[in-house]
Amino acid sequence: MKSLLRDRKTALFVLVLVAILAVILPLVLEPFRLNLVGKYLTYAFVALGLVLCWGDAGILSLGQGIFFGLGGYCMAMFLKLQASTPEATKIQSTPGIPDFMDWNQITTLPWFWQPFHSLAFSIVAVAAVPMLLALIIGLSMFKRRVGGTYFAIITQAIASILTILIIGQQGYTGGVNGITDLRTLNGWDIRTDHAKLILYFVTIALLLVCLGGAHFIRCSKLGRILVAMREREDRVRFSGYDVASFKTFVFCFAAAMAGIGGAMFTLQVGFMSPSFVGIVPSIEMVIYCAVGGRTSLLGVIYGTLLVNWARTSFSETMPQVWMFAMGALFVFIVVVLPGGLASLYRTYLDPYISRLLGSSSKAPVHAGREADHANG
Amino acid sequence: MQTGNEPLLSVTDLTVSFDGFRAVNDLSFSVREGELRVIIGPNGAGKTTVLDLICGRTRATSGSIRFKGTELTRLKEHEIVRAGVGRKFQNPSIYEDLTVFENLEISYPKGRGIMGSLIFRRDTAVVERVNEVARTIFLDDQLDRRAEDLSHGQKQWLELGMLLIQDPALLMLDEPVAGMTVSERVKTAALLKDIIRTRSVIVIEHDMGFVEEIAHQVTVLHQGRILSEGSMEHVKNDPRVIEVYLGH
Repeated sequence: MKSLLRDRKTALFVLVLVAILAVILPLVLEPFRLNLVGKYLTYAFVALGLVLCWGDAGILSLGQGIFFGLGGYCMAMFLKLQASTPEATKIQSTPGIPDFMDWNQITTLPWFWQPFHSLAFSIVAVAAVPMLLALIIGLSMFKRRVGGTYFAIITQAIASILTILIIGQQGYTGGVNGITDLRTLNGWDIRTDHAKLILYFVTIALLLVCLGGAHFIRCSKLGRILVAMREREDRVRFSGYDVASFKTFVFCFAAAMAGIGGAMFTLQVGFMSPSFVGIVPSIEMVIYCAVGGRTSLLGVIYGTLLVNWARTSFSETMPQVWMFAMGALFVFIVVVLPGGLASLYRTYLDPYISRLLGSSSKAPVHAGREADHANG
Repeated sequence: MQTGNEPLLSVTDLTVSFDGFRAVNDLSFSVREGELRVIIGPNGAGKTTVLDLICGRTRATSGSIRFKGTELTRLKEHEIVRAGVGRKFQNPSIYEDLTVFENLEISYPKGRGIMGSLIFRRDTAVVERVNEVARTIFLDDQLDRRAEDLSHGQKQWLELGMLLIQDPALLMLDEPVAGMTVSERVKTAALLKDIIRTRSVIVIEHDMGFVEEIAHQVTVLHQGRILSEGSMEHVKNDPRVIEVYLGH
């Protein structure tokens, strides 16, 4: 009975989300604004991963920008090669290679750029490259029982290292400017309003797929093990589970989703640069997640949209105030509302909605998963 | 199957030193099948360290721990658990945010890998087993409660249940009745006597009344070494034991 009600509520909330994103926003927003929403949504992929990693399993990563960036760069490399046909680049001293390579006196396409001629390879790489790096980081950290603050600091350091590496290797990566001037995806011009509208809907579809995947994991026993690890890591270990491999799994899953988000970012915004890889964007992604409520998958999507919308509004009117406002917001959430927006919903709206959906019992939260959400 | 002579667990010349301090020093003892062994001793005698060494939480400096013919000192914690060693911690170590049912379900020894836990389904076998264990630990009417809301004694029982559901051949309990009320203690003693019928148990305990009630064999540790070993009667009358432990 309770679980039936829960399923109906979940279905209702997903419908509301789809209605807002896929119907209402496209109708009321002009194309420029809608494209911005599409850009915000790509960060929601990262936030979903953080719900599993941080909210459930208690692994705080301050380096999710790494994976977002890697996914974005994989897509950007494919698009750049598409834009660098010998005809389009015939004024270069070496036609047929990306323009920034030519400016840096590189005369042949580096080996790791070669596979990105293939669209299929690039699509796989968008998720696989972040996952592979997450696997290496995860295995080397979690097997050695590095956790908590130390893990957070190390992820931050890696984000910093990657940024420095990308900026330093200008000839191979485009340096601080990133990979710019992207035009077509297999001949399809991604810069038109029409293309941007389609990419917006593709982003929503992929976001829903990721939402479904994350929800499936949370509903499985693996999801409960993640929460159990956050609570009592030793007990899980002494119940016969290999804690390190579970942590590595969830970290890789989050990395793959972040990579997909990064690729959609590149497609919609038309470039990728190291400014989306480093420490600052990584921390901002954690803030989106905290504002939405780090144990609520739907909450973090709204949180991401809201913070980014606020950011754009502030930046347009009072750009110098934004950083302070963002800091204040984070402090406010941590001190006053540790459960984020989702906890507001659970306290005030949820009992009302449960009644509306025809439950006579007043207990809206089923002990267990949802109670865990409420207390996360 | 093992022969009747070979003990379930045999610890030989076990030593661990922390920065030169030997918390456990050349310790040897064995536990037979179906035996309930109680380890007592003054604070700092190395009792908890011995359990930590057996379950892999602390790595031995030297010596060997053989369990059912397997050397445990080389295995990881979860491998030791899977080999059949269960460990209860001193403070109740349960998942406070989950229900009693979910606590027991997570401890159910199926779907322990990543894929396994993804496709794990709560079938009737699982539900029946959880109910059965819940009855044993007096919590069958509390299955839907969050573990956080249980009394201290009930939390201790829940952790015991989480071990029982794994059906370990050797169960190690660190002060299982600490903080329990008198009636809870009596029930726990009955529970332990019931558990022991099918497995071996090592118990660390300070409560001498409780020890007398349950123990087959008592080992007295002092400064990482065995001071005395034998029946409760024998140990109680050992002058060395009276001097370092029972006397004060």
